[in-house]
Amino acid sequence: MKPAPFDLVTANDMSEALEALHQGGTEARVIAGGQSLVPMLNMRLARPTTLVDITRIPELSRIEAKSDRITIGAAVRQSTLERWPDLADRLPLLHAALPWVAHTQLRNRGTICGSVAHADPSAELPLCLIALGGTVTLRRRRKTREVAARDFFQGMMSTDLAPGEMIVSVSFPARKPSTGYAFREVARRHGDFAIVACAAIARPDGTATLAVGGVADTPRALELSADRTDLDDRLNEFAWHLQARDDLHATARYRRDLVRHLGLATLEEALSCRD
Amino acid sequence: MPRLTKDDTHPVRFTLNGRPVSVRVSPRTLLTDALRHEIGATGTHVGCEHGVCGACTVQVDGEPARACLMLAQQAEGCAIRTVEGLGKSDALTPLQEAFREHFALQCGFCTAGILMTLDALFSRQPDAEEDAIREALSGHLCRCTGYAPIVQAALAARNRIKGGPIDA
Ligand SMILES: Cc1cc2nc3c(=O)[nH]c(=O)nc-3n(C[C@H](O)[C@H](O)[C@H](O)COP(=O)(O)OP(=O)(O)OC[C@H]3O[C@@H](n4cnc5c(N)ncnc54)[C@H](O)[C@@H]3O)c2cc1C
Ligand code: FES
Ligand code: FES
Repeated sequence: MKPAPFDLVTANDMSEALEALHQGGTEARVIAGGQSLVPMLNMRLARPTTLVDITRIPELSRIEAKSDRITIGAAVRQSTLERWPDLADRLPLLHAALPWVAHTQLRNRGTICGSVAHADPSAELPLCLIALGGTVTLRRRRKTREVAARDFFQGMMSTDLAPGEMIVSVSFPARKPSTGYAFREVARRHGDFAIVACAAIARPDGTATLAVGGVADTPRALELSADRTDLDDRLNEFAWHLQARDDLHATARYRRDLVRHLGLATLEEALSCRD
Repeated sequence: MPRLTKDDTHPVRFTLNGRPVSVRVSPRTLLTDALRHEIGATGTHVGCEHGVCGACTVQVDGEPARACLMLAQQAEGCAIRTVEGLGKSDALTPLQEAFREHFALQCGFCTAGILMTLDALFSRQPDAEEDAIREALSGHLCRCTGYAPIVQAALAARNRIKGGPIDA
């Protein structure tokens, strides 16, 4: 199928993009890599009347590395971050997770921020953003705001993004000393969306975070104390709490099993790679 | 601010296999349709139109990408390379030659896309290991060959490109 007609604005700078989004209101949408949006246009699941291409705005194609956080602009492609020489050192969790995001042919166009905006419950990048406690920077014509990832994702493909607003960047906290990071996923085939994906962070004081994607309507995080005597019970409770559903790809029960087993394996890996 | 209106066609300029082209298309025209219907470059195939099958894969500024997930207008100023930019039937590239020798195609529907992915892989990584080859191929569906001959052809082509014997 082919998309329904729309106007296309290729913005050269931020003010052009924000003006076009403001004018278009709820009928306008950003197009970044197009790797989720164009399939929806082709299937006519989405029928925006205006698309605003933001990928040619120079200030959005920056990866900005500060001592405590890495900020990734809305035009940065997934493959650009994958090839960033400091990735393994500064963002080990993303270094482990990015190869699981679709296929290289899609990562060459798809953006980091587009995946966050799309908010698929099985997507790896929103999961990493939630696990690390990152933030999303949003801008509309006269307002800029920063939202914690855990407040940004509101449900399946639903976020805190307002009409006329766009993501300008997302920020991931950088690697901290003596902290372990691990990512694991089960999918039908490599490159498919996750059935269950797990991200774990183990801190020097023994506390840990386990975040799980693919089960609830958004990625969810479990905070664990240094005392792990009741770990199996906590994982079991968490697995039930996510309210898994049966679907074409896996049963709810299989997903709960994965949360318990894959979750544990991911945590153990994070704990063992603290250096 | 340049707004391309939905009911009109607008020019878009890019290079196709090194030659400058300019076509008029509406904002909603996909790159696949611009290539096939407007330019007549039908080597790029169209299967699913939602990014899954890989038949439409072309190179955009040297990197493989789905032409069915790009608006033709987004190709403005880009270097697009398609299977027509590889060898001709009397002078195949080592990769195409290896595909023929190893029976890596039957119906040929998937072949153009796979060639563009492997061609890009070998220009970035001439010594790509089998793992990297399989990883790159995971973005393509082939309903005929069972993939084994495609992997064999890719390994043979890699050896030939590196200057070694063609048989892996
Ligand atoms: C076959 C296939 C397999 C895939 N497999 C996976 C997978 O395994 N894991 C995974 O995570 N993803 C997968 N994806 C999705 C892919 O990662 C997309 O690239 C990503 O979800 C969207 O990024 P994009 O830049 O392409 O966004 P687009 O497609 O351009 O946009 C997606 C949505 O986000 C909005 N948007 C984009 N950027 C912004 C912004 N800056 N501000 C506000 N709104 C914005 C758009 O309006 C649209 O609603 C797959 C896609 C395909 C086609
Ligand atoms: S036609 Fe583009 S991926 Fe199938
Ligand atoms: S040769 Fe027929 S689909 Fe691959």
